Amino acid sequence: MSRAEPTAKTATTAKTATTATAAETATTGQAGPTGTAPAATAPGGTGGVGAARTLWTLGLLRSELVTTFRRWRTLALLAVLAAVPVLVGVAVRIETGGGGGPHGGGGGEGPAFIAQITNNGLFLVFTALAATLPVFLPLAVGVVAGDTIAGEASAGTLRYLLVAPAGRTRLLLTKYATVTAFCLAATFVVAVSALVVGALLFPLGDLTTISGTRIGFGEGLARALLIALVVAASLLGLAALGLFVSTLTNSGVAAMATTVGLVITAQILDQIPQLHAIQPYLFPHYWLSFADLMREPVYWDGLVKNLELQALYAAVFGSAAWARFTTKDITA
Amino acid sequence: MDEPRDEPRDEPRDESVDLPVDGDASAPPQAPPPAPQDAGAGGNGNGDDDGVIRTRALTKRYRGGQLAVDGLDLTVPAGSVFGFLGPNGSGKTTTIRMLMGLIEPTSGTARVLGQSMPRHARTVLPHVGALIEGPALYGFLSGRDNLLRQDAADPTADPRTRRSRVAAALDRVGLTAAAGKKARAYSLGMKQRLGLAAALLQPRRLLVLDEPTNGLDPQGMREIRTLVRELASDGTTVFLSSHLLDEIEQVCTHAAVMARGRLLTQGPVADLAAGARGRLVVTTPDPAEAARVLKEQGVGDVVADGDRVTGEPPERDLADVNAALVTAGVRARGFGIERASLEDAFVALTGEGFDVAG
Repeated sequence: MSRAEPTAKTATTAKTATTATAAETATTGQAGPTGTAPAATAPGGTGGVGAARTLWTLGLLRSELVTTFRRWRTLALLAVLAAVPVLVGVAVRIETGGGGGPHGGGGGEGPAFIAQITNNGLFLVFTALAATLPVFLPLAVGVVAGDTIAGEASAGTLRYLLVAPAGRTRLLLTKYATVTAFCLAATFVVAVSALVVGALLFPLGDLTTISGTRIGFGEGLARALLIALVVAASLLGLAALGLFVSTLTNSGVAAMATTVGLVITAQILDQIPQLHAIQPYLFPHYWLSFADLMREPVYWDGLVKNLELQALYAAVFGSAAWARFTTKDITA
Repeated sequence: MDEPRDEPRDEPRDESVDLPVDGDASAPPQAPPPAPQDAGAGGNGNGDDDGVIRTRALTKRYRGGQLAVDGLDLTVPAGSVFGFLGPNGSGKTTTIRMLMGLIEPTSGTARVLGQSMPRHARTVLPHVGALIEGPALYGFLSGRDNLLRQDAADPTADPRTRRSRVAAALDRVGLTAAAGKKARAYSLGMKQRLGLAAALLQPRRLLVLDEPTNGLDPQGMREIRTLVRELASDGTTVFLSSHLLDEIEQVCTHAAVMARGRLLTQGPVADLAAGARGRLVVTTPDPAEAARVLKEQGVGDVVADGDRVTGEPPERDLADVNAALVTAGVRARGFGIERASLEDAFVALTGEGFDVAG
């Protein structure tokens, strides 16, 4: 707190400095007292000014995060995601609770790892992520990402943010950062809910990897965390796609529906064998590669390809969103 | 009567073409930008001869080919309360959006606070408070949280004073009691007030208010008018668009009239209203007789409506007209000239009422 005072001072200097710079660019050569004063204080103040600036700039991100995560819609989406592991856990428990052995479940069908849950509750984390990644998670991300710009436009608040002035690039980056935060939050809600349900309904302990080797529970938890991070990262391409769609329309609902529609379309295309040529470029194509983290040793090929693909989508559609949004006439 | 009105518009345009208009070279626009800009950065908005808002040949053609704004030359003097009038669809909002950097002009330039507009939005807009096309709020946030978010969006706003500035703005528009309520529960008038509060979060040099009294009850309208006068007396330039002519007349020092994307006129309100001539009004229980006498006395366009007979006042002394009425035995309860309102001026200019432009 002893820092507060100097920051306050540098902050005021920052203001004077900007106004002075604005004036200076116009009054080239007119080195009045206003011109020299900030220059003199500059060496001492630069660092502090930079820090204060960054903090002020992040104010919008904080506001955005608070606004997003306080919405009923966001909370409802997260609640649905949290319910999926509960459903899976209870279903598996009921199916096997009647006294049947660990192999009492229904054959090899269902999401990955589902057969192992009864042996080890930690597997519910992997099962729940495998079950939500194809549908629930992308739907939730599609809703939040599609709403980013278009939702503000349809509410009319976009024009007020821009005349504040939020800055178009800054606003877009803030929105993408918020969607990224939502991807993480959504994934972790599933993982944590699954961990809790798994711990309550099933035994915990050492676990067997896909390759057949055994690893300790601590190691298993670490892998679960890693898998959650990879799953969250798998959604970033879609997040950028949703952001781009969101800059194309002034209707929040249309943007959400389009983004969700794209998720479904991509998944369908990914299932048609005749389209194998384009499938490696579909953003959901490598999604389930996260299971490779449960191999011993870890099989990285699919994981790396997935992350590369997500980065490519983020770059391409992020740039497209930027190009569109920074030149768009805001008529809503 | 028309020439003095056009002067303020034509004068600067001439200057930009052939520079020194010898004696009156008060505002050559290109040559010394330092002077107005310097004054602008330091002072409270006065001193730019340039005008707080200044557009030259500003044009916007939408992609459909529709010409929304056509060669607009607008100059808003510093410290004025500037009324921006026009029927719905006349291009007012498009103009305001171009001034605020929301829409890119097709051609022409717009300068706000001395800087060209879409480009310098980040330095200009923190000094501008705006209410554009009605308020827009996050229904799921309280009034206070709406303002906090709006303030967080401004990178120049100091987060340490944010809460107190928000509280002050809420107080100023009379919303303190409802600050904790969700905005979706607000009435239109309350939303309008909250929108105004957002424009007042920081001391501004320019306020752009698009239809600020929309949805307010008469008491609320009066409060807004008082607020606008207060702000103007602090030196803030207020750019006010409205379709309520009497409101403009009561509050504004200057006005501009737009129709079908073109600027019809601009200048001090007094000059505009003076442009339209007043009418002679006689209140009488004998309207038919009065009308006959008035016509004889050279009064043009005589209209009898109930006990009111009105007409264009003649060139001769009105005292003679009055005497003629008395001589003819016309009983009169009232006799006088009704000052021309801005509405008369408007109708005279546009040749139409306040209909939506086609």
